[in-house]
Amino acid sequence: MCGIVGLYLKNPALQPTLGAMFEPMLVEMTDRGPDSAGFAVYRNPVGADETKFTLASDDPAADWPDLDSDMSGGLGGTVRMDVHSDHAVVITDAAPDAAVAWLMEYRPGVRIVGSGRSIEIFKQTGLPKDVARQFNLAGAAGSHAIGHTRMATESAVTTAGSHPFATGLDVCLVHNGSLSNHNRLRRKLERDGIRFQTENDTEVAAGFMTWKLRQGATLEEALEAGFQELDGFFTFCVGTADGFAVTRDPIACKHAVMAETDDWVAMATEYRAIAHLPGADTADIWEPEPHRIYTWGRVQ
Amino acid sequence: MSPENPDQDIPRTLPRKSATFDDHTLAEIRRAAATGIYDIRGGGTKRHLPHFDDLLFLGASISRYPLEGYRETCGTNVTLGTRNAKNPIELDIPITIAGMSFGALSAPAKDALGRGATLAGTSTTTGDGGMTPEERGQSKTLVYQYLPSRYGMNPDDLRKADAIEVVVGQGAKPGGGGMLLGQKISDRVAGMRDLPTGIDQRSACRHPDWTGPDDLEIKIQELREITNWEKPVFVKVGGTRPYYDTALSVKSGADVIVMDGMQGGTAATQEVFIEHVGQPTLACVRPAVQALQDLGLHRKVQLIVSGGIRNGADVAKALALGADAVSIGTAALVALGDNDPIHEAEYNKLGTTAGAYDDWHEGLDPAGISTQDPELAKRLDPVKAGRRLANYLKVMTLEAQTIARACGKSHVHNLEPEDLVALTIEAAAMAQVPLAGTDWIPGRNGL
Amino acid sequence: MTMGELDLKEIGVRGVNAALHELPDGTNERQWVINNPMGQHAIACGLDAPLNVTVNGHAGFYCAGMNQRAEITIQGHAGVGVAENMMSGTVRVTGNASQSAGATAHGGLLVIDGDASSRCGISMKGIDIVVGGSVGHMSAFMAQSGHLVVCGDAGDALGDSIYEAMLFVRGEVASLGADCIEKEMRPEHLAKLSELLAAAGMDTDPADFKRYGSARQLYNFHIDNVDAY
Repeated sequence: MCGIVGLYLKNPALQPTLGAMFEPMLVEMTDRGPDSAGFAVYRNPVGADETKFTLASDDPAADWPDLDSDMSGGLGGTVRMDVHSDHAVVITDAAPDAAVAWLMEYRPGVRIVGSGRSIEIFKQTGLPKDVARQFNLAGAAGSHAIGHTRMATESAVTTAGSHPFATGLDVCLVHNGSLSNHNRLRRKLERDGIRFQTENDTEVAAGFMTWKLRQGATLEEALEAGFQELDGFFTFCVGTADGFAVTRDPIACKHAVMAETDDWVAMATEYRAIAHLPGADTADIWEPEPHRIYTWGRVQ
Repeated sequence: MSPENPDQDIPRTLPRKSATFDDHTLAEIRRAAATGIYDIRGGGTKRHLPHFDDLLFLGASISRYPLEGYRETCGTNVTLGTRNAKNPIELDIPITIAGMSFGALSAPAKDALGRGATLAGTSTTTGDGGMTPEERGQSKTLVYQYLPSRYGMNPDDLRKADAIEVVVGQGAKPGGGGMLLGQKISDRVAGMRDLPTGIDQRSACRHPDWTGPDDLEIKIQELREITNWEKPVFVKVGGTRPYYDTALSVKSGADVIVMDGMQGGTAATQEVFIEHVGQPTLACVRPAVQALQDLGLHRKVQLIVSGGIRNGADVAKALALGADAVSIGTAALVALGDNDPIHEAEYNKLGTTAGAYDDWHEGLDPAGISTQDPELAKRLDPVKAGRRLANYLKVMTLEAQTIARACGKSHVHNLEPEDLVALTIEAAAMAQVPLAGTDWIPGRNGL
Repeated sequence: MTMGELDLKEIGVRGVNAALHELPDGTNERQWVINNPMGQHAIACGLDAPLNVTVNGHAGFYCAGMNQRAEITIQGHAGVGVAENMMSGTVRVTGNASQSAGATAHGGLLVIDGDASSRCGISMKGIDIVVGGSVGHMSAFMAQSGHLVVCGDAGDALGDSIYEAMLFVRGEVASLGADCIEKEMRPEHLAKLSELLAAAGMDTDPADFKRYGSARQLYNFHIDNVDAY
């Protein structure tokens, strides 16, 4: 059980203040999610021949030093690295599969939290305001962000169990609710090669999305398949390269609210997260209907 | 007879009934085939389960010294709701009366429960139908249940209550809604619940305006705002995922957790629900306590355990495992006179026998307890029945004190798991105490 | 009459509610405005006096919960459970209401000028609800008594498991719930509907509405109805 928030800037002039606008949204959801928090920021897109990875480590003092030079030496090609506490953003023009294989062999303790061209994912245990500060969310610039505050239900409070979960290049998922058939679905996805790190139900939903996207489904087709295959209560917010998507299950007990002005589109579990945004008082405010897929930006 | 010798009997095999298709099962299949409706009854699980009887206290020894019976006190008081409320509840004994509705029970029965609890220095709890003036009048300390149905819920009664108990589920039917038949929806019950008289009551399984601990947190905040943060808020759950449910209730803001195992009774629900959904009480206590300890809140958020509590030994064992108090429902009704053999002739007419009578939804209780029939209800004298309940509560308390003193405790809360051993491997695993005669706790240290 | 002003940003929800709850019985300070509600929860809940309260902005969950006798106006949208379990008085939402509006309420009048989302009037026990726009799915679920008037459309499963509450809908009903049927509109129903629309200040012709209510087939269990449970 949790709080989820999303912000998409229609007005590019606001991009330098994305984080300043988004951080209060995340922190407002602390009551419903005091255990851990995470967010995905879409910023600084890399070249078409490059891939950006977000890495997380439980032992950054061991894993980060010389990671860029070691990796560049091992793979050939260029590697740039920016450290953000126990996370690091690594950009390389090496083939993505080769980069992943290199990391698994030479930095086995490192987790790949996200990958794509503009996405960066940061998540950690602790209060949302502390997680935000740890990764300087308030200072972030970018086009859009989605975030999550977690109250763990049936699995442990760990970094790996935090949302957002990456589900493909530049795609990630946050979830409010509780699935009921994720255990059998996890075993089926594992047999098809999807790997899981936790007992978390959201990780299964993200894995399901990954599986569908790998099979060539569009985002909307994958979400539509989710309505059929996933059982339980869910409000999903999916971040994509160019925007975000929102869906709610057909019973729709878990609240969600959307707001839109000329400058931005926002979603949140509770309106009070949106109330801080400039122009919130006069924004169009509505509730997404159950069993429908809403998308913003140029979502594929 | 043998064909060769007509005077000699051939030995036959002994008629043998099936353990799988036993008499109870066969009768139930026939009944289902005849009626087309599931069996509905009251009470809790009837089949044999691992329970407190599978645990034993060690008592005094050369290394542990007992307390004297009279001179050396053994405290039994408990305070509930210290976390947030301006006015926590002080009880003289660690045994409360569980939520049972007016509607399920007759007015004299609720009156008697209030009298008995007050004499014993403890609380009663309203049920799925609201607060009656009789119960508020007789109960010195009254916990007001907040249920999915919200029958009779109103802010005036909320303010008159000493505590608020948000009911998420109960042990007999965790996740249950279902329905209750119309025989007990009398005029008075119907009026309190805003229903037409004599119809079947259909119950919702979820609260109408919140789902999940994150939204429960907001609901609890609202209840506190309405009552100016004065009263402790309890959260009651059926025994299903006791560790997570306890942790989440705490995160939602609960001051007290009520954990009700599958032996916990109900006025009426589907038999299949009672017997096959939910965990035994013994399996739920340790995980709930563990959750509180992991959050650093054991004894700061109190735990009340219910479901099959019958005597002072059960009380002491629940407390030894870490509970702050226990709650009784079925046992309280038996003390009032439920299922008493003096009504045997009438039980026989109803097709049952004393000790087995559980069709409470039909409203024909000869003891006048689980009925709305005024003629039957008259049979229960609330003053006498209240005295019986107080006697029973006193005996349970004395029994628990006897055990605690034998273990060297000056307060029943100082009982601990190390005062116990288990008679079976299941009980040892569930309670995480050693199997008697061994050092073995199944699951501990990889064994 | 003087207007009392409370700034929720300054004193918080507790400050606002405490100020309103602590007013002496029979006070003349009956007019209040709450500024900067910021979508916070449980604003102006548990009131029990003939106060006139305006919430100047959007409210979060359970605004005006368990209201008695007060007249509360939300100048904006209201979150989940507005006026839940209200006993008497009036609550008006000038914008939209979220789900479970008027849930389990026993009396009083709830007016929503905009739309209400799902479960409007769930388990209602005597409240009158008038919605200027549409209502979402599962509205009037297990509705026991009272009236729900919808000037727009109603979503799926209207009146599922309904008891004796009376529903009036002017627009389309996406689908009816278990045991909920269209019923004949007789003069006494038109009169009641007119009265409710007038009380809500809505200038809509009662003749445009249809009436819905319980078929009463689930009142006593019959095996052939088991699919409805």
